[in-house]
Amino acid sequence: MPEARTAILALLRAADAMEAIPAPDPSGLARRAWSPAERVTRLRKGMEAVHTEFLEAAPEDWPRQVLDFCRREGVADLLLGPRSGAGRALLAARSPGDPELVPYEEPVENFKDALFHRIGAGFTGTLAGVAETGGLLLEPGPEEPRLLSLVPPIHIALLRASTIEDTLAAAIRNRGWGKGRTNNALLISGPSKTADIEQTLAYGVHGPKRLVVVLVDDLVG
Amino acid sequence: MQIDGAHPDFRAASARALLDPQLRANFRRAMDGLMAKRAAQFPDPADLKAMRDLGTAIRARSLLRLPELLEQLEASCTRNGIQVHWARTCQEANGKILGLLRTRGATRLVKGKSMVSEEMGLNHFLEANGVEALESDLGEYIIQLDGETPSHIIMPAIHKNRNQIARQFAQKIKDAQFTEDVDELTAMARRVLREKFFEADAGLSGVNFAVADTGTLCLVENEGNGRMSTHVPPLHIAVMGLEKVVGTLEEVAPLYALLTRSATGQAVTTYLNLIRGPRGQGELDGPREVHLVILDNGRSRIYADPGLRATLRCIRCGACMNHCPVYTRVGGHAYEAVYPGPIGKILTPQIEGVGVRHDQLHGSSLCGACAEVCPVRIPIPEILVRLRREATHDDPGSRVEGKGTGRTSAEDLSWRLWAMVLRRPRLYRTACWFATRFRRLLPADLPLLKAWTTARARPVPARRSLQERIRKEGLPHA
Repeated sequence: MPEARTAILALLRAADAMEAIPAPDPSGLARRAWSPAERVTRLRKGMEAVHTEFLEAAPEDWPRQVLDFCRREGVADLLLGPRSGAGRALLAARSPGDPELVPYEEPVENFKDALFHRIGAGFTGTLAGVAETGGLLLEPGPEEPRLLSLVPPIHIALLRASTIEDTLAAAIRNRGWGKGRTNNALLISGPSKTADIEQTLAYGVHGPKRLVVVLVDDLVG
Repeated sequence: MQIDGAHPDFRAASARALLDPQLRANFRRAMDGLMAKRAAQFPDPADLKAMRDLGTAIRARSLLRLPELLEQLEASCTRNGIQVHWARTCQEANGKILGLLRTRGATRLVKGKSMVSEEMGLNHFLEANGVEALESDLGEYIIQLDGETPSHIIMPAIHKNRNQIARQFAQKIKDAQFTEDVDELTAMARRVLREKFFEADAGLSGVNFAVADTGTLCLVENEGNGRMSTHVPPLHIAVMGLEKVVGTLEEVAPLYALLTRSATGQAVTTYLNLIRGPRGQGELDGPREVHLVILDNGRSRIYADPGLRATLRCIRCGACMNHCPVYTRVGGHAYEAVYPGPIGKILTPQIEGVGVRHDQLHGSSLCGACAEVCPVRIPIPEILVRLRREATHDDPGSRVEGKGTGRTSAEDLSWRLWAMVLRRPRLYRTACWFATRFRRLLPADLPLLKAWTTARARPVPARRSLQERIRKEGLPHA
């Protein structure tokens, strides 16, 4: 509707001018800064408060932790992005008796029924974490499709402690989260939840019922 | 939008709502909870002030550059593969969306929560045209089952308690057993809606913030139904009011922090979903097409007046309703409008006309609780007062929709009488003499006095007027 566009913009341009508003000064909020170890504590506190589960792992043994978790919890099929760094590491670590690792490598249309009705868990890496509120930052794309962290009932996410930023603003600034590397970017702080019935919290409404963070301690010293 | 096409009558609907103890209890409990949770998120007043200053400045500066930002948004979205459409009216927007669905043979639409789509009456319009439009936000799903509209912009089913919802689910969901267990009720909805996401031809969502420089649509949610609606079906249509645009993603971070804390007392929601485009090169999922519909529906008229423009700063957190003594008592449906509560009281009359919605302008004690909690400092009471005047005055400078049409002959007559008496000192003194001498005899059901005395004690004038006493006793310190 080009005429709608023209008309709307003309109306907006015809509006009375207003005085300029000085650029805001965010320095009042600048004191949200923590040490790397404190960031881990804060992130866990924030995310555990909304039922996120944590598995502690070392840089070399995290794939084993993920596979053992799946075994323990009876997850038969774990979906992953076979071309992502984390996905490759997991595929390499699988041994007989471990759950089946299902590569997400076909367009969803060929795979939708299994995705919705069979897969027990999805595994993704993360770009960074947010200490202030708790939260994981993801950038789904060709290597890790969008629905990997949404449709399966359990989402397992790999987070390296060294990638936790102080705030969401810092993550945007320092890591360029959401600035356009991928067509989708996500902040995830816990399993799907709702409070629409009498403000009573219930988990697992539409997205994953469980969020499990594999927290890799890669802090030096 | 009016609920059933009848002339909206806030006064009558409020009176009815006040007589419903269940409704009042449901709202009281919910609003008390929301207020406490919000307060817990802002323990430091200095910090809250800094956050509000920042949020207010970001929104005000975005509005200052609104036409440029919208053009930039359009260019960025187009570059990313999001197709942008403009609509002056709800009819235009609805028509556009139906056209998109029809061309693609889509008959099953799943919806994430969108207040703009409520404003457009989209569901009714699509159903009437053979498209199933299913709400997937749990609260929206609950009220859609009953053919109701939201009573709160964040918690649409807050007027219902669990027993009411349990009975409704048992009745309307196939194979459902009666249960009041919230987890089980949630699981029932999940079961039904998962299949709907699975088979949907298209998804529709609102937009919390649209980022101009990167062409990104930001969606804030807890349930994941927004992600389902925007990433599973092959077609995603997003609708937004034209005021939702900001310059950069950096500006979204502080607004998001204010939104979640003010709305539900959460430091962070489960999901913040940034959509920059449809399924790209090498991607295995995501919609094949993404469309953005930018709706005006009276917003450009509000924008035209710098004094009213602050209305458009709103980030739809709902804190003003949670803290409003009127909203808490009468509930959201009494407003018979898409946006209830304080923000609705200034928004609805500006969109639909101050005459048609005159009652709403006066359904406020001007206590200022709304302005005190508004994260972007919208001066709701000041705007209300301005609209009250312009509703009854056909000022040449005013661009308010329906200005002057709220005037009634009774009000007109009483102001004339008032002016006549005050311009004539002898008449004024005579009136005072009668009022003070026969003060207890004033009938409580005088035409205008009655509006006051139906719910309050009859005012009794003093024994002597001030003027009379000064004349007799002199001024003690003069």
